[in-house]
Amino acid sequence: MGRDNGKMIRTKDLTFWQKLYLPEVFKGLSLTLSQMFKPKFTYMYPEERFQPPSSFRGRPILVEENGVERCVACGLCSRVCPALAIEVQASETELEKERYPVRFEINMVRCIFCGFCEEVCPEEAIIMSKEYELVFSSQEEAIFGKERLLTPAEQVRERLEFLRNSR
Amino acid sequence: MATITINGTEFQVDAKSTIIEAARANGIHIPHFCWHPKLSVSGNCRMCLVEVEQMPKLLIACATQVADGMVVKTKSERVIQAQKAVMEFLLINHPLDCPICDEAGECKLQEYAYQYSVGYSRFEEDKVHKPKRVPLGPNVMLDVERCIMCSRCIRFSEEIAKQPVLTFTQRGTHVVLTTFPGSELDNPYSMNVIELCPVGALTSRDFRFKARVWEMAATESVCNGCARGCNMNIWTRNNEILRLTPRQNEEVNSSWMCDYGRLETFKHVNASERLSGPSVRVDRELRSIGWEETVSELASELRGFRKNEIAGIGSAYATNEDNFVFQRFIKEVLGSKHLDLLPHVIEQVEDDLLIKADRTPNSLGARNVGIEPSSGGLSASGIRNAINDGSIRALYVLEDDIAADPEWHSVLQKLRLLVVHSAVQNATTALAHVVLPASTYAEKHGTITNFQGRVQRLQPAVATSETDRRMDGLAASRWDKFSSKNDRWGRPVKFDARPSWRILVSVAAALGTRMKYNTAEDVFGEIANVVPVYRGMSFARIGSKGVLSKSSPVPVKT
Repeated sequence: MGRDNGKMIRTKDLTFWQKLYLPEVFKGLSLTLSQMFKPKFTYMYPEERFQPPSSFRGRPILVEENGVERCVACGLCSRVCPALAIEVQASETELEKERYPVRFEINMVRCIFCGFCEEVCPEEAIIMSKEYELVFSSQEEAIFGKERLLTPAEQVRERLEFLRNSR
Repeated sequence: MATITINGTEFQVDAKSTIIEAARANGIHIPHFCWHPKLSVSGNCRMCLVEVEQMPKLLIACATQVADGMVVKTKSERVIQAQKAVMEFLLINHPLDCPICDEAGECKLQEYAYQYSVGYSRFEEDKVHKPKRVPLGPNVMLDVERCIMCSRCIRFSEEIAKQPVLTFTQRGTHVVLTTFPGSELDNPYSMNVIELCPVGALTSRDFRFKARVWEMAATESVCNGCARGCNMNIWTRNNEILRLTPRQNEEVNSSWMCDYGRLETFKHVNASERLSGPSVRVDRELRSIGWEETVSELASELRGFRKNEIAGIGSAYATNEDNFVFQRFIKEVLGSKHLDLLPHVIEQVEDDLLIKADRTPNSLGARNVGIEPSSGGLSASGIRNAINDGSIRALYVLEDDIAADPEWHSVLQKLRLLVVHSAVQNATTALAHVVLPASTYAEKHGTITNFQGRVQRLQPAVATSETDRRMDGLAASRWDKFSSKNDRWGRPVKFDARPSWRILVSVAAALGTRMKYNTAEDVFGEIANVVPVYRGMSFARIGSKGVLSKSSPVPVKT
């Protein structure tokens, strides 16, 4: 429909069959019926769980290698995070990397799973995992510290390879 | 005067100046690393190359004197090519450890790499490795790999700090900055090399890895370490002071600041020995009670003394506003003539660069606003003797740890009532009957007057429990702006403290005298009306660089 000189103009009239509605109703019902005989997509969660591909962005984790985090606490993830979910406090270490995060916290209530932290990280130290099941019973519990974030590199090999290939 | 043309525009410039100085005086930026207006010319970084007409090669702007009729181009194709080449050479051996480096975010090399470099590296060979994490002295850490051999630190130590201990050894790409054997960089001004260093080769040991520079908020303030009053920036994150850096003011401190001022004047603001709240001594023990109860308790205690039994000790550590209200409180509200302050002078530390023997920031200002005995009143030593012989029984002390002086410590115990305004627990609060937690210099608005008579502004950088960073207009970083109670970093430590002038106004009100001050600016407005040397001044006029008052410097009595 358009407006011309302030007068409404009907561009197209419904046909007789369209006015009846019934054929359209049966068309819809037949589509629904035909789906019943096709394979199912539904996961019977929690018995059955979705196994995400390596491109999936689950909760961010810190990569642990030889018992220490790769992270050098540069704070770029914290800076780039649009939701301000990440807090990093650096300190000095005897290791060659000089600097390490004495505290690294992600507020999972703030996190929006955008993956900017992973993208900006110069050390490939923070990456997105496949984990998507996050439950908290308090705000305090939603703040993940190093103990919950550190994950051995072996467990996230797939994602690390994916990142390397997509660079 | 000489007439020169820079990038097609004619300028009248000082005939003795160099091209870089002439350009700078006219707002034209020529990139440079080794040149610094306060240091001798070294000319080794080659970053300031410019094209001068009729000269076959490019010239360094820092070491070329201007000449009448000179035509300079700072942005020609040849110059840009040269800048790219210089940057490429500088970056060949510079490590890519910006994520670790404390200088990142305020690094000249990082900034120029964006502005004057090609943006990628053609260098595929191994970088030269040199010593890292070398303590050059008690306050400065050296990373030789990051050094671009500009020699600013060497020239500063030699020319300004007069401690020529730094030098280069080796040749070519293997040049190493080092101290002479058996010496270390430990002069009182050593930390100035940190800001001078255009890269992260020299960093602060105290601030090492504490925070990234972009996480902090900077507040313009004035150092409280001595009577010089060096202009500085207070850097805070999460309501905690992390470092102090000099702010340029040619009239006061040039571009410098001493190590003592940088390191020893802010720790007490964050300290665990801060007072938790107002408290009153009950049965030999200090008991914390609320502000209102403390003030009314104090008022009823003060009513129990005759006028000449009370004395006041002002403070050269407190602001002009605090001292002005204090002298009104002692003289007008309590009606006492006995008012003075204690000097804190250490003659040996004074030098001819910045450090003053007077270790207090505001002794001149405190005197100017009236911290002195009224006619017939007792001076500090007189007050001490009068306490000793029992004729003075109540003492009101403003922000000074007078009990640290053993002579005072012994007499203070004879007092019936000792009232103290203090930020931290100290020897005086340990003896006091009423303790009122005062805001530190970093938590309030106010003015202090340095030894020259220059009135300078203090601004709050740290919020107390009654102030809010955003509502009260304190400098705020991105994190300060967007924090919420759900974030651990959104719950900073705030101390329950108030500016002394405000505490005094409430005690005066409890004693039945209304002083009509709502802000520090109100108090200063009255000071500007009442005190002749400050006539006509206002916070706005003082601004960030201060205003010289008409007060002549008074010699400080020891």
